[in-house]
Amino acid sequence: MHDGIVLDKVALTLGKTSFAFDCRIEPGAVTAIAGPSGAGKSTLLNLIAGFERPQSGHILIAGIDQTLSHPSERPVSVVFQDHNLFAHLDIFTNVALGLNPSLRLSPQDRDRAENALVRVGLAGFGKRMPGSLSGGEKQRAAFARALLRNKPVLLLDEPFAALDTDLRLQMSALLLDLHKENANTVVMITHDREEIARIADRILHVEKGQIATDEAKADYLSRFAAPVSALSGTV
Amino acid sequence: MLTTAERRRGIVAGLVVLAAVIVFVGTAIATLLAWDGDQSASRLFTAYTWSILRFTLWQAALSTLLSVAFAIPVALALARRPRFAGRAWILRLMALPMGLPALVGALGLLGVWGRQGVLNGWLTAAGLEHPVSVYGLSGILLAHTFFNIPLAVRLLLAVLERLPAEYWLLSASLGMKPLSIFRFVEWPALARVVPGVAGLIFMLCATSFTLVLVLGGGPAATTLEVAIYHALRFDFDPPRAVALAFLQIALTAAVIGLIAFLPAATDTVWTAGRKVLRLDGRSSASRLWDGLIIAVAVIFVASPLFSVLVAGLRADLWKLVNGPRFIQAATTSLVIAVTAAVIAVSASLAIITARQAIRDRRDPNIAARLLSTSLAGTSSLVLVVPPIILGTGWFLVLRQFGNVAAFAPFLVAFINALMALPFAVRVLEPALDDHHHQTARLATSLGISGPAKWRLIDLPVLTRPILTALSFAMALSLGDLGAVALFGSSELVTLPWLVYSTLSSYRTNDADGLALILGVICLALTILGTAGKKENANA
Repeated sequence: MHDGIVLDKVALTLGKTSFAFDCRIEPGAVTAIAGPSGAGKSTLLNLIAGFERPQSGHILIAGIDQTLSHPSERPVSVVFQDHNLFAHLDIFTNVALGLNPSLRLSPQDRDRAENALVRVGLAGFGKRMPGSLSGGEKQRAAFARALLRNKPVLLLDEPFAALDTDLRLQMSALLLDLHKENANTVVMITHDREEIARIADRILHVEKGQIATDEAKADYLSRFAAPVSALSGTV
Repeated sequence: MLTTAERRRGIVAGLVVLAAVIVFVGTAIATLLAWDGDQSASRLFTAYTWSILRFTLWQAALSTLLSVAFAIPVALALARRPRFAGRAWILRLMALPMGLPALVGALGLLGVWGRQGVLNGWLTAAGLEHPVSVYGLSGILLAHTFFNIPLAVRLLLAVLERLPAEYWLLSASLGMKPLSIFRFVEWPALARVVPGVAGLIFMLCATSFTLVLVLGGGPAATTLEVAIYHALRFDFDPPRAVALAFLQIALTAAVIGLIAFLPAATDTVWTAGRKVLRLDGRSSASRLWDGLIIAVAVIFVASPLFSVLVAGLRADLWKLVNGPRFIQAATTSLVIAVTAAVIAVSASLAIITARQAIRDRRDPNIAARLLSTSLAGTSSLVLVVPPIILGTGWFLVLRQFGNVAAFAPFLVAFINALMALPFAVRVLEPALDDHHHQTARLATSLGISGPAKWRLIDLPVLTRPILTALSFAMALSLGDLGAVALFGSSELVTLPWLVYSTLSSYRTNDADGLALILGVICLALTILGTAGKKENANA
């Protein structure tokens, strides 16, 4: 049995594009999904999250077949590039929805939600509306919700693509901290090779609807120019 | 960035339009004011006017409530099912009543719900003694919901479809149940626009004339507009008409004032390349409910349209079309519609270019800014002063100069043009502003101006939106009964008037045939207009 994520001969056709994924994603590691636009990175993530269902094949998470289960039944949390927060609900409500989707909260739940906000550096932001937050702060709130949900798998679809370089550094540091505390499995789509160098353990390269390569960071980076490997030493 | 000559031309054209509208509307209102002032004032708050005002508000409120209450579940169901079979056609169906002349819609409703209609036929066959009656309040409500549910569905659906796609994925991922999704995602989005949508529908229902005229039942179910019409046309009691007219102006001004504070709703959606994934509502109960509610909406909207088609085809269309009365009415309608459309579009172009000219000045003075604001308000003036009131005022003016019928066609064309003005401006303003934005710098730097600019730069791009505005304005004028109702006579017969008078003389079969022809013409013009608009948006 494999404790991570297994895509076993998963096939899916959307419109005119066919996808075929067959891979294993290590538990407790950070796996980056890289590849050109339109290659199928988001489709791969959507399959794991349950937003898409395969036409054939199986998806197993921690040894349990999740091929047909609803997104909410899967042991995963999702963070998108944008719109992770309902714009008309305040930050506390947005985060607390991770504990109970009907917002029935016990006093302990409220404490936990406040603590999650403190943990991501958003203490005192609970009453603010998403519109008044910066891009980085919004993503922190999304992390706080993922933290509360405490699922073994965290799926991220280019979560920092809309942020500037400094913020990206801060946010990937926060992501790594949270990852080390929880030992969760992180799967993250990214275009940014430096980001891969900073946080990824393994890289799945997707091309034309298939996994082109599945390799360790050192191998992946060694295929590219030298300066990047110098950066990878800092992780 | 415009040349001084261009700027001056723009502003002069705007001033001319403003002056023309003020003179036209002002004459009507001044005449009403001057007419037997004392007598009208004493008639303002009689038990009769009071009961009519109450009924006007009551039926508009009920119509609005019913329309919005039913449109919400339909919009939710359609938004939940982005891949529902025939969804694109259902949305097109929901756009049809907007382009359908009210009179034709009323005939279709009678065909389904009326005494001789399909429904009562079934009920009688099923052994029920008492047929359903659609005259009076129930008929008015039926007609108003028929026209406004589709409008509300389109406006509300657009709001739901504008929500970020991530919202639906997140709510699925968080495990929200349908009730939670409604509470945290759908309702907050709808709640922002429901007041605006309700305000718009209330306004349309409070000023609706034709539907109440045809389906209202006697003095007990009469609105202000229809009461004005009765006061002039049957009782010839101008003081009463004047008193009612002022109540009407006060009412519409108050409603428009309130609506101005509400966020506006539009039915434009940018779904280009965006795929919406909805994972909620996969249960069979939810599928059944959504399917059912969509089916009910489709049947409710489609059945009167279908009835118009079937009843119309039963008439001897060939004979009708070749009859002298039809040819006369069609010619009159066409001339009035073309005149009204050309006036409305020219006036819109003048208003928009004048406002552009004023914006173009680096620091417009107070007079210029005031002119710009007045021009913006001009196009909506007709909403405050409805056609029947313009007609009443001018009726009283022209009566002093002899036979009103001689002036009537011009008057109807002007009133129709004024009615079409807000729609024409809404179609043309974004197109002209975009165009100005994209080409103004380049045209200035190349020194292109005057007729050359119009021919080389403006005309190729603006032909399509101008044709769209023309076809909308023509459809509106062709289908309008409100302006012609006061003046219709053997000397002035338009197509809607012909349908109405044929219906009144109980030649139902002929009326059905004429209604089909009128409906097809107006829908064809509207569809032509929207098709042009869509292609323009893609270009």
